[in-house]
Amino acid sequence: MRPFPLSAYLIVAIFGFIIATTVTGALIAILSRRIIRSVAGLALCSLGLAGLYYFLNSPFLALMEILIYVGAVCVTIIFGVMLSETDEPEPQDKLGRERWWAVVAALVSVAIFWGLAHTSLYGAWPVTGAPATDGSVQTIGVSLLTTYSLPFELISLVLMVAILGALTLARGGRDKS
Amino acid sequence: MNLSHLPDQAAIYFLLAAFLLAVGVFGLIRRRTFIGMLISGELIFAAAGLNFMTVNRFMAPDPAVGQVVVLFIMGLAAAEVAITLSIIIAVYRNYRSIHSKELSELKG
Repeated sequence: MRPFPLSAYLIVAIFGFIIATTVTGALIAILSRRIIRSVAGLALCSLGLAGLYYFLNSPFLALMEILIYVGAVCVTIIFGVMLSETDEPEPQDKLGRERWWAVVAALVSVAIFWGLAHTSLYGAWPVTGAPATDGSVQTIGVSLLTTYSLPFELISLVLMVAILGALTLARGGRDKS
Repeated sequence: MNLSHLPDQAAIYFLLAAFLLAVGVFGLIRRRTFIGMLISGELIFAAAGLNFMTVNRFMAPDPAVGQVVVLFIMGLAAAEVAITLSIIIAVYRNYRSIHSKELSELKG
């Protein structure tokens, strides 16, 4: 059977598109002044991340990324935006201080990026042979219920406590008295 | 230069994860509302997950471990978002503002 023409280039093009989606989404998420656009940027970044997970041989995590981040986290943040304010405040008269903080933030993040990039490009990463398991959904399910059963149950406990805590916190001050 | 091996390079994923972490830290310092800071924190969580998956794909002997760990990270991030948003809503109800500059009662 002949492969689809130009399929290698098509894969590279899709990969580049996914990377561009992730980067653009992250930049929109932090640079936009309206918070609702930041949430949209986070959703875009999550979609790109789902594609990256797919390229990293894990369609299961790609599905989970879309389901949890785009479907749950972003919608929850949109609810939070609707219940509170929507915009960043306009930069006020202290423009010099604002700019100074922006320079500090940019310096810190560039330092972090440079250090991590240097480590990842020139670090002595080990090269392993063939993987022991195939990493399929079945393998993940089995290991969740055998090796990692305690963290699995603890995550459900954490989520339940988080839901109860969120209800308790958001309820305060809403009584009629 | 053969481009078709590009998706199989670990360095690209590492650089992307480092970029996401740097962008998240930048937003965390720069943002002045709590929801903006929460979104930046989510980007940092995403960077951690991507890094775990990269190591899992290219260097771990068992590819199931990293997926389980990233699943746990997603669960913890979801719990964090729920708690943080309820705190933000409680703060907004008491102060009528979610700007981090205006919550300065404890400042001497």
